[in-house]
Amino acid sequence: MLSFGLLVFVAVLFVALTLWRRRTPASFRLIDAYERLNRSVGLAVENGTRLHVSLGRGNFFTARGGSALAGLAMLRRLAERTSMSDRPPIVTSGDASLAILSQDTLQSGYRAAGAEEQYRFSTGRLTGLTPFSYAAGAIPTIHDENVSTNIILGDLGTESALLAEASDRENTSLIAASDNLSAQSVFYASAQEPLIGEELFAAGAYVGAGASHEASLNVQDILRWLIILAILIGAGLKIVGAPI
Amino acid sequence: MRIFTAAFAVAAGLIVLLGYFFPDQLESLRLLLLDWAIIIAGMAVLVGIFNLIMVQMEKIRTRQKGGTYGGILVIALILTFGFGLILGPAHPYMRLTMDAIIMPVEASLMAILVVTLIYASIRLLRRRVDVMSIVFLSVAVIFLIGVMPTSFAALDSLQQFVVQVAGMFSRGGARGLLIGIALGTLLTGLRVLLGVDRPYGGN
Repeated sequence: MLSFGLLVFVAVLFVALTLWRRRTPASFRLIDAYERLNRSVGLAVENGTRLHVSLGRGNFFTARGGSALAGLAMLRRLAERTSMSDRPPIVTSGDASLAILSQDTLQSGYRAAGAEEQYRFSTGRLTGLTPFSYAAGAIPTIHDENVSTNIILGDLGTESALLAEASDRENTSLIAASDNLSAQSVFYASAQEPLIGEELFAAGAYVGAGASHEASLNVQDILRWLIILAILIGAGLKIVGAPI
Repeated sequence: MRIFTAAFAVAAGLIVLLGYFFPDQLESLRLLLLDWAIIIAGMAVLVGIFNLIMVQMEKIRTRQKGGTYGGILVIALILTFGFGLILGPAHPYMRLTMDAIIMPVEASLMAILVVTLIYASIRLLRRRVDVMSIVFLSVAVIFLIGVMPTSFAALDSLQQFVVQVAGMFSRGGARGLLIGIALGTLLTGLRVLLGVDRPYGGN
Protein backbone atom coordinates (compact mmCIF):
# COMPACT_ATOMS: atom_id res chain seq x y z
CA MET A 1 0.00 0.00 0.00
CA LEU A 2 3.03 2.27 0.50
CA SER A 3 3.73 2.23 -3.25
CA PHE A 4 0.06 2.96 -4.04
CA GLY A 5 0.10 5.86 -1.58
CA LEU A 6 3.29 7.18 -3.16
CA LEU A 7 1.71 6.95 -6.60
CA VAL A 8 -1.38 8.87 -5.49
CA PHE A 9 0.86 11.48 -3.83
CA VAL A 10 2.86 11.91 -7.06
CA ALA A 11 -0.34 12.15 -9.14
CA VAL A 12 -1.85 14.79 -6.85
CA LEU A 13 1.41 16.75 -6.80
CA PHE A 14 1.63 16.56 -10.59
CA VAL A 15 -1.95 17.81 -11.12
CA ALA A 16 -1.51 20.64 -8.59
CA LEU A 17 1.81 21.76 -10.11
CA THR A 18 0.38 21.57 -13.65
CA LEU A 19 -2.45 23.92 -12.66
CA TRP A 20 0.07 26.24 -11.00
CA ARG A 21 2.43 26.15 -14.00
CA ARG A 22 -0.42 27.17 -16.32
CA ARG A 23 -0.53 30.48 -14.49
CA THR A 24 3.19 30.79 -13.69
CA PRO A 25 5.45 29.41 -16.42
CA ALA A 26 8.70 27.95 -15.13
CA SER A 27 12.21 29.07 -15.99
CA PHE A 28 14.74 26.27 -16.30
CA ARG A 29 18.49 26.05 -16.23
CA LEU A 30 20.21 26.19 -19.59
CA ILE A 31 20.86 22.82 -21.23
CA ASP A 32 23.16 23.33 -24.22
CA ALA A 33 21.79 20.36 -26.17
CA TYR A 34 18.22 21.67 -26.04
CA GLU A 35 19.38 25.18 -26.94
CA ARG A 36 21.03 23.65 -29.98
CA LEU A 37 17.86 21.66 -30.73
CA ASN A 38 15.67 24.77 -30.71
CA ARG A 39 18.17 26.56 -32.96
CA SER A 40 18.42 23.57 -35.30
CA VAL A 41 14.64 23.33 -35.73
CA GLY A 42 14.48 26.95 -36.89
CA LEU A 43 17.48 26.51 -39.17
CA ALA A 44 16.07 23.33 -40.72
CA VAL A 45 12.83 25.13 -41.64
CA GLU A 46 14.76 28.08 -43.11
CA ASN A 47 17.33 25.95 -44.99
CA GLY A 48 14.83 23.48 -46.38
CA THR A 49 16.63 20.60 -44.69
CA ARG A 50 15.18 17.82 -42.61
CA LEU A 51 15.22 16.72 -39.00
CA HIS A 52 15.76 13.04 -38.41
CA VAL A 53 14.19 11.88 -35.16
CA SER A 54 15.23 8.45 -33.98
CA LEU A 55 12.98 7.06 -31.24
CA GLY A 56 14.90 3.87 -30.57
CA ARG A 57 13.43 0.47 -29.76
CA GLY A 58 11.44 1.19 -26.62
CA ASN A 59 8.86 -1.54 -26.18
CA PHE A 60 5.66 -0.49 -24.43
CA PHE A 61 5.42 -3.81 -22.59
CA THR A 62 8.66 -3.08 -20.72
CA ALA A 63 9.92 -0.27 -18.50
CA ARG A 64 11.83 1.02 -21.54
CA GLY A 65 8.59 2.37 -22.96
CA GLY A 66 8.94 5.51 -20.83
CA SER A 67 11.78 6.92 -22.92
CA ALA A 68 9.80 6.21 -26.10
CA LEU A 69 6.82 8.15 -24.72
CA ALA A 70 9.12 11.05 -23.82
CA GLY A 71 10.43 10.99 -27.40
CA LEU A 72 6.88 11.02 -28.77
CA ALA A 73 5.94 14.02 -26.62
CA MET A 74 8.91 15.94 -28.04
CA LEU A 75 8.10 14.75 -31.57
CA ARG A 76 4.57 16.10 -31.31
CA ARG A 77 5.92 19.59 -30.61
CA LEU A 78 8.60 19.34 -33.31
CA ALA A 79 5.97 18.27 -35.86
CA GLU A 80 3.94 21.39 -35.07
CA ARG A 81 6.97 23.66 -35.32
CA THR A 82 8.19 22.22 -38.63
CA SER A 83 4.77 21.83 -40.26
CA MET A 84 5.47 24.74 -42.62
CA SER A 85 8.74 23.22 -43.83
CA ASP A 86 9.07 21.84 -47.38
CA ARG A 87 10.84 18.84 -45.95
CA PRO A 88 9.01 17.33 -42.98
CA PRO A 89 10.95 15.48 -40.28
CA ILE A 90 11.58 11.77 -40.70
CA VAL A 91 11.05 9.51 -37.71
CA THR A 92 12.67 6.08 -37.45
CA SER A 93 11.84 3.45 -34.84
CA GLY A 94 12.88 -0.09 -34.04
CA ASP A 95 9.56 -1.20 -32.60
CA ALA A 96 6.37 -1.65 -34.61
CA SER A 97 3.99 -0.14 -32.03
CA LEU A 98 6.31 2.81 -31.61
CA ALA A 99 6.44 3.32 -35.39
CA ILE A 100 2.64 3.42 -35.59
CA LEU A 101 2.46 5.87 -32.67
CA SER A 102 5.13 8.05 -34.30
CA GLN A 103 2.96 8.29 -37.45
CA ASP A 104 -0.05 9.16 -35.33
CA THR A 105 1.93 11.77 -33.41
CA LEU A 106 3.24 13.37 -36.60
CA GLN A 107 -0.28 13.53 -38.01
CA SER A 108 -1.60 15.06 -34.76
CA GLY A 109 1.16 17.67 -34.83
CA TYR A 110 0.34 18.68 -38.40
CA ARG A 111 -3.38 18.70 -37.61
CA ALA A 112 -2.81 20.99 -34.60
CA ALA A 113 -0.79 23.33 -36.84
CA GLY A 114 -3.56 23.32 -39.46
CA ALA A 115 -1.40 21.57 -42.04
CA GLU A 116 -2.66 17.99 -42.01
CA GLU A 117 -2.26 17.68 -45.78
CA GLN A 118 1.53 17.90 -45.22
CA TYR A 119 1.52 14.54 -43.47
CA ARG A 120 3.02 11.58 -45.34
CA PHE A 121 2.83 8.06 -43.93
CA SER A 122 6.39 7.41 -45.16
CA THR A 123 7.84 9.94 -42.72
CA GLY A 124 7.20 7.59 -39.76
CA ARG A 125 9.24 4.48 -40.46
CA LEU A 126 9.96 1.12 -38.93
CA THR A 127 13.54 0.40 -39.99
CA GLY A 128 14.24 -2.91 -38.27
CA LEU A 129 13.17 -5.07 -35.37
CA THR A 130 16.59 -6.03 -33.95
CA PRO A 131 19.17 -3.54 -32.64
CA PHE A 132 21.52 -3.77 -35.60
CA SER A 133 18.85 -4.04 -38.28
CA TYR A 134 17.27 -0.93 -36.79
CA ALA A 135 20.59 0.93 -36.96
CA ALA A 136 21.32 -0.38 -40.46
CA GLY A 137 17.89 0.77 -41.63
CA ALA A 138 18.17 4.23 -40.03
CA ILE A 139 21.69 5.04 -41.34
CA PRO A 140 20.58 5.55 -44.99
CA THR A 141 18.07 8.15 -43.76
CA ILE A 142 20.94 10.12 -42.19
CA HIS A 143 23.05 9.87 -45.37
CA ASP A 144 20.49 10.28 -48.15
CA GLU A 145 17.59 12.44 -46.97
CA ASN A 146 19.18 15.89 -46.70
CA VAL A 147 19.19 15.78 -42.92
CA SER A 148 20.71 18.72 -41.02
CA THR A 149 20.02 17.57 -37.45
CA ASN A 150 19.74 14.12 -35.94
CA ILE A 151 17.74 13.82 -32.76
CA ILE A 152 18.16 10.45 -31.11
CA LEU A 153 15.90 10.13 -28.11
CA GLY A 154 14.81 6.80 -26.72
CA ASP A 155 15.88 3.34 -25.77
CA LEU A 156 18.96 2.27 -27.71
CA GLY A 157 22.03 0.17 -26.95
CA THR A 158 25.60 0.35 -28.20
CA GLU A 159 24.31 0.23 -31.80
CA SER A 160 23.63 3.94 -31.31
CA ALA A 161 27.35 4.46 -32.00
CA LEU A 162 26.67 3.57 -35.65
CA LEU A 163 23.98 6.27 -35.86
CA ALA A 164 26.25 8.80 -34.13
CA GLU A 165 29.09 7.94 -36.51
CA ALA A 166 26.80 8.36 -39.56
CA SER A 167 25.71 11.74 -38.21
CA ASP A 168 29.32 12.80 -37.72
CA ARG A 169 30.26 11.74 -41.26
CA GLU A 170 27.49 13.90 -42.68
CA ASN A 171 28.64 16.80 -40.48
CA THR A 172 25.16 17.21 -39.02
CA SER A 173 24.15 18.25 -35.52
CA LEU A 174 23.52 15.42 -33.10
CA ILE A 175 21.25 15.73 -30.09
CA ALA A 176 21.13 12.42 -28.31
CA ALA A 177 19.82 10.97 -25.07
CA SER A 178 18.89 7.51 -23.91
CA ASP A 179 17.66 5.69 -20.82
CA ASN A 180 20.23 2.97 -21.49
CA LEU A 181 23.58 3.41 -19.71
CA SER A 182 25.60 1.92 -22.61
CA ALA A 183 24.01 4.31 -25.08
CA GLN A 184 24.56 7.21 -22.68
CA SER A 185 28.29 6.50 -22.59
CA VAL A 186 28.35 6.23 -26.39
CA PHE A 187 26.59 9.58 -26.71
CA TYR A 188 28.90 11.15 -24.14
CA ALA A 189 31.78 10.33 -26.47
CA SER A 190 29.98 11.16 -29.73
CA ALA A 191 27.62 14.09 -29.20
CA GLN A 192 28.68 17.72 -29.11
CA GLU A 193 26.57 18.40 -26.01
CA PRO A 194 25.68 15.16 -24.27
CA LEU A 195 22.44 14.67 -22.34
CA ILE A 196 22.89 12.59 -19.22
CA GLY A 197 20.39 10.55 -17.20
CA GLU A 198 16.96 12.06 -16.69
CA GLU A 199 17.71 15.03 -18.97
CA LEU A 200 16.10 12.83 -21.63
CA PHE A 201 12.73 13.37 -19.95
CA ALA A 202 13.15 17.15 -19.98
CA ALA A 203 12.90 17.28 -23.79
CA GLY A 204 9.19 18.15 -23.82
CA ALA A 205 9.58 21.03 -21.36
CA TYR A 206 12.51 22.50 -23.29
CA VAL A 207 10.75 22.44 -26.67
CA GLY A 208 7.68 24.14 -25.18
CA ALA A 209 5.32 21.18 -24.89
CA GLY A 210 3.33 22.84 -22.13
CA ALA A 211 2.68 23.23 -18.43
CA SER A 212 2.35 19.51 -17.75
CA HIS A 213 5.92 18.90 -18.94
CA GLU A 214 7.21 21.73 -16.79
CA ALA A 215 5.28 20.37 -13.81
CA SER A 216 6.79 16.92 -14.45
CA LEU A 217 10.26 18.37 -14.02
CA ASN A 218 9.22 20.08 -10.79
CA VAL A 219 7.77 16.84 -9.42
CA GLN A 220 10.93 14.96 -10.41
CA ASP A 221 12.99 17.52 -8.50
CA ILE A 222 10.81 17.19 -5.40
CA LEU A 223 10.98 13.39 -5.53
CA ARG A 224 14.74 13.51 -6.03
CA TRP A 225 15.15 15.58 -2.88
CA LEU A 226 12.91 13.17 -0.97
CA ILE A 227 15.05 10.24 -2.13
CA ILE A 228 18.25 12.06 -1.11
CA LEU A 229 16.70 12.73 2.29
CA ALA A 230 15.64 9.09 2.64
CA ILE A 231 19.15 7.88 1.72
CA LEU A 232 20.77 10.26 4.22
CA ILE A 233 18.35 9.30 7.02
CA GLY A 234 18.84 5.60 6.22
CA ALA A 235 22.63 5.97 6.27
CA GLY A 236 22.46 7.96 9.54
CA LEU A 237 20.27 5.31 11.21
CA LYS A 238 22.62 2.58 10.01
CA ILE A 239 25.62 4.43 11.44
CA VAL A 240 24.00 4.82 14.88
CA GLY A 241 23.00 1.15 14.77
CA ALA A 242 19.23 1.64 14.66
CA PRO A 243 17.30 -1.36 13.32
CA ILE A 244 16.09 -0.54 9.76
CA MET B 1 -14.19 9.60 -31.72
CA ARG B 2 -10.90 10.98 -30.40
CA ILE B 3 -12.45 11.55 -26.96
CA PHE B 4 -13.68 7.95 -26.95
CA THR B 5 -10.17 6.71 -27.90
CA ALA B 6 -8.60 8.73 -25.10
CA ALA B 7 -11.20 7.63 -22.53
CA PHE B 8 -10.74 3.98 -23.47
CA ALA B 9 -6.93 4.22 -23.34
CA VAL B 10 -6.93 6.04 -19.99
CA ALA B 11 -9.43 3.57 -18.49
CA ALA B 12 -7.44 0.55 -19.75
CA GLY B 13 -4.19 2.00 -18.41
CA LEU B 14 -5.70 2.76 -14.99
CA ILE B 15 -7.27 -0.71 -14.72
CA VAL B 16 -3.95 -2.39 -15.56
CA LEU B 17 -2.12 -0.21 -13.03
CA LEU B 18 -4.71 -0.65 -10.28
CA GLY B 19 -4.70 -4.40 -11.00
CA TYR B 20 -1.21 -4.55 -9.51
CA PHE B 21 -2.38 -2.94 -6.26
CA PHE B 22 -5.78 -4.67 -5.97
CA PRO B 23 -5.24 -8.14 -7.46
CA ASP B 24 -8.30 -9.68 -5.80
CA GLN B 25 -10.70 -7.30 -7.50
CA LEU B 26 -9.00 -6.47 -10.81
CA GLU B 27 -6.52 -9.28 -11.61
CA SER B 28 -8.71 -11.06 -14.18
CA LEU B 29 -9.64 -7.81 -15.94
CA ARG B 30 -5.98 -6.74 -15.96
CA LEU B 31 -4.89 -10.02 -17.55
CA LEU B 32 -7.68 -9.79 -20.13
CA LEU B 33 -6.61 -6.28 -21.13
CA LEU B 34 -2.96 -7.36 -21.30
CA ASP B 35 -3.93 -10.30 -23.56
CA TRP B 36 -5.74 -7.87 -25.88
CA ALA B 37 -2.72 -5.57 -25.86
CA ILE B 38 -0.39 -8.45 -26.79
CA ILE B 39 -2.64 -9.39 -29.72
CA ILE B 40 -2.73 -5.77 -30.89
CA ALA B 41 1.07 -5.54 -30.55
CA GLY B 42 1.39 -8.69 -32.70
CA MET B 43 -0.78 -7.09 -35.38
CA ALA B 44 1.29 -3.90 -35.04
CA VAL B 45 4.37 -5.86 -36.14
CA LEU B 46 2.59 -6.84 -39.35
CA VAL B 47 1.47 -3.24 -39.91
CA GLY B 48 5.04 -2.08 -39.22
CA ILE B 49 6.47 -4.52 -41.75
CA PHE B 50 3.88 -3.37 -44.29
CA ASN B 51 5.05 0.20 -43.61
CA LEU B 52 8.66 -0.90 -44.16
CA ILE B 53 7.72 -2.43 -47.53
CA MET B 54 5.72 0.63 -48.60
CA VAL B 55 8.57 3.01 -47.72
CA GLN B 56 11.03 0.91 -49.74
CA MET B 57 8.58 0.63 -52.67
CA GLU B 58 8.22 4.41 -52.70
CA LYS B 59 12.02 4.70 -52.79
CA ILE B 60 12.09 2.41 -55.83
CA ARG B 61 9.16 4.16 -57.53
CA THR B 62 10.62 7.64 -57.12
CA ARG B 63 14.15 6.38 -58.03
CA GLN B 64 15.65 7.60 -54.78
CA LYS B 65 19.19 6.82 -53.74
CA GLY B 66 19.41 3.33 -52.26
CA GLY B 67 16.32 2.15 -54.12
CA THR B 68 18.14 -0.98 -55.35
CA TYR B 69 18.92 -2.02 -51.79
CA GLY B 70 15.28 -1.34 -50.95
CA GLY B 71 14.26 -3.74 -53.75
CA ILE B 72 16.60 -6.44 -52.44
CA LEU B 73 15.20 -5.93 -48.93
CA VAL B 74 11.59 -6.28 -50.10
CA ILE B 75 12.30 -9.41 -52.18
CA ALA B 76 14.27 -11.02 -49.31
CA LEU B 77 11.52 -10.12 -46.85
CA ILE B 78 8.73 -11.57 -48.98
CA LEU B 79 10.70 -14.76 -49.71
CA THR B 80 11.64 -15.29 -46.05
CA PHE B 81 8.08 -14.59 -44.91
CA GLY B 82 6.63 -16.94 -47.53
CA PHE B 83 9.04 -19.80 -46.85
CA GLY B 84 8.60 -19.24 -43.10
CA LEU B 85 4.84 -19.66 -43.44
CA ILE B 86 5.16 -22.81 -45.59
CA LEU B 87 8.11 -24.56 -43.90
CA GLY B 88 7.82 -23.22 -40.33
CA PRO B 89 10.56 -21.41 -38.39
CA ALA B 90 12.18 -24.65 -37.14
CA HIS B 91 12.87 -26.03 -40.63
CA PRO B 92 16.63 -26.51 -41.40
CA TYR B 93 16.46 -24.11 -44.38
CA MET B 94 14.92 -21.41 -42.24
CA ARG B 95 17.57 -21.95 -39.56
CA LEU B 96 20.22 -21.76 -42.29
CA THR B 97 18.86 -18.33 -43.24
CA MET B 98 19.45 -17.23 -39.67
CA ASP B 99 22.87 -18.92 -39.25
CA ALA B 100 24.32 -18.14 -42.68
CA ILE B 101 22.93 -14.67 -43.36
CA ILE B 102 21.54 -12.80 -40.37
CA MET B 103 24.13 -13.87 -37.76
CA PRO B 104 27.21 -13.07 -39.93
CA VAL B 105 25.72 -9.70 -40.95
CA GLU B 106 25.03 -8.78 -37.31
CA ALA B 107 28.51 -10.01 -36.30
CA SER B 108 30.03 -7.79 -39.01
CA LEU B 109 28.09 -4.81 -37.71
CA MET B 110 29.34 -5.63 -34.21
CA ALA B 111 32.93 -5.58 -35.54
CA ILE B 112 32.30 -2.19 -37.18
CA LEU B 113 30.84 -1.02 -33.89
CA VAL B 114 34.08 -1.84 -32.03
CA VAL B 115 36.09 0.27 -34.47
CA THR B 116 33.49 3.05 -34.28
CA LEU B 117 33.64 3.13 -30.48
CA ILE B 118 37.44 3.31 -30.44
CA TYR B 119 37.34 6.10 -33.03
CA ALA B 120 34.70 7.99 -31.01
CA SER B 121 36.86 7.74 -27.87
CA ILE B 122 39.85 9.15 -29.73
CA ARG B 123 37.78 12.01 -31.13
CA LEU B 124 36.29 12.85 -27.74
CA LEU B 125 39.31 14.88 -26.66
CA ARG B 126 39.33 16.70 -29.97
CA ARG B 127 35.67 17.57 -29.61
CA ARG B 128 35.52 18.48 -25.93
CA VAL B 129 38.60 18.96 -23.75
CA ASP B 130 37.37 19.22 -20.16
CA VAL B 131 37.93 17.47 -16.86
CA MET B 132 34.93 15.15 -17.25
CA SER B 133 36.03 13.96 -20.69
CA ILE B 134 39.49 13.12 -19.31
CA VAL B 135 37.94 11.30 -16.33
CA PHE B 136 35.57 9.43 -18.68
CA LEU B 137 38.39 8.24 -20.93
CA SER B 138 40.73 7.44 -18.01
CA VAL B 139 38.12 5.26 -16.30
CA ALA B 140 37.40 3.46 -19.58
CA VAL B 141 41.12 2.73 -20.05
CA ILE B 142 41.54 1.64 -16.38
CA PHE B 143 38.61 -0.77 -16.76
CA LEU B 144 40.01 -2.20 -19.98
CA ILE B 145 43.38 -2.78 -18.33
CA GLY B 146 41.61 -4.18 -15.28
CA VAL B 147 39.69 -6.84 -17.20
CA MET B 148 42.59 -7.64 -19.56
CA PRO B 149 43.95 -11.21 -19.14
CA THR B 150 47.51 -11.28 -17.86
CA SER B 151 50.09 -14.01 -17.31
CA PHE B 152 51.54 -12.35 -14.21
CA ALA B 153 49.94 -13.55 -11.00
CA ALA B 154 51.15 -10.46 -9.14
CA LEU B 155 49.14 -8.23 -11.44
CA ASP B 156 45.93 -10.16 -10.79
CA SER B 157 45.31 -8.73 -7.33
CA LEU B 158 46.26 -5.25 -8.53
CA GLN B 159 43.76 -5.58 -11.40
CA GLN B 160 41.04 -6.76 -9.01
CA PHE B 161 41.74 -3.83 -6.68
CA VAL B 162 41.59 -1.32 -9.55
CA VAL B 163 38.33 -2.77 -10.89
CA GLN B 164 36.83 -2.84 -7.39
CA VAL B 165 37.70 0.80 -6.63
CA ALA B 166 36.66 2.09 -10.07
CA GLY B 167 33.57 -0.13 -9.96
CA MET B 168 32.51 1.30 -6.62
CA PHE B 169 32.28 4.80 -8.09
CA SER B 170 30.75 3.72 -11.39
CA ARG B 171 28.11 1.58 -9.63
CA GLY B 172 27.15 4.55 -7.47
CA GLY B 173 26.95 6.81 -10.50
CA ALA B 174 24.94 4.26 -12.46
CA ARG B 175 22.44 3.91 -9.61
CA GLY B 176 22.07 7.67 -9.46
CA LEU B 177 21.37 7.82 -13.19
CA LEU B 178 18.90 4.94 -12.97
CA ILE B 179 16.99 6.61 -10.11
CA GLY B 180 16.69 9.76 -12.25
CA ILE B 181 15.50 7.72 -15.23
CA ALA B 182 12.98 5.85 -13.05
CA LEU B 183 11.54 9.17 -11.83
CA GLY B 184 11.34 10.45 -15.41
CA THR B 185 9.62 7.26 -16.54
CA LEU B 186 7.15 7.50 -13.66
CA LEU B 187 6.12 11.04 -14.55
CA THR B 188 5.99 10.31 -18.29
CA GLY B 189 3.76 7.31 -17.63
CA LEU B 190 1.56 9.38 -15.35
CA ARG B 191 1.09 12.03 -18.04
CA VAL B 192 -0.11 9.35 -20.46
CA LEU B 193 -2.31 7.68 -17.82
CA LEU B 194 -3.99 10.97 -16.97
CA GLY B 195 -4.56 11.67 -20.66
CA VAL B 196 -2.36 14.78 -20.71
CA ASP B 197 -0.06 13.26 -23.35
CA ARG B 198 -1.99 11.28 -25.94
CA PRO B 199 0.37 9.73 -28.46
CA TYR B 200 -2.40 7.33 -29.55
CA GLY B 201 -4.98 9.72 -30.97
CA GLY B 202 -3.80 13.27 -30.79
CA ASN B 203 -4.49 16.05 -28.32
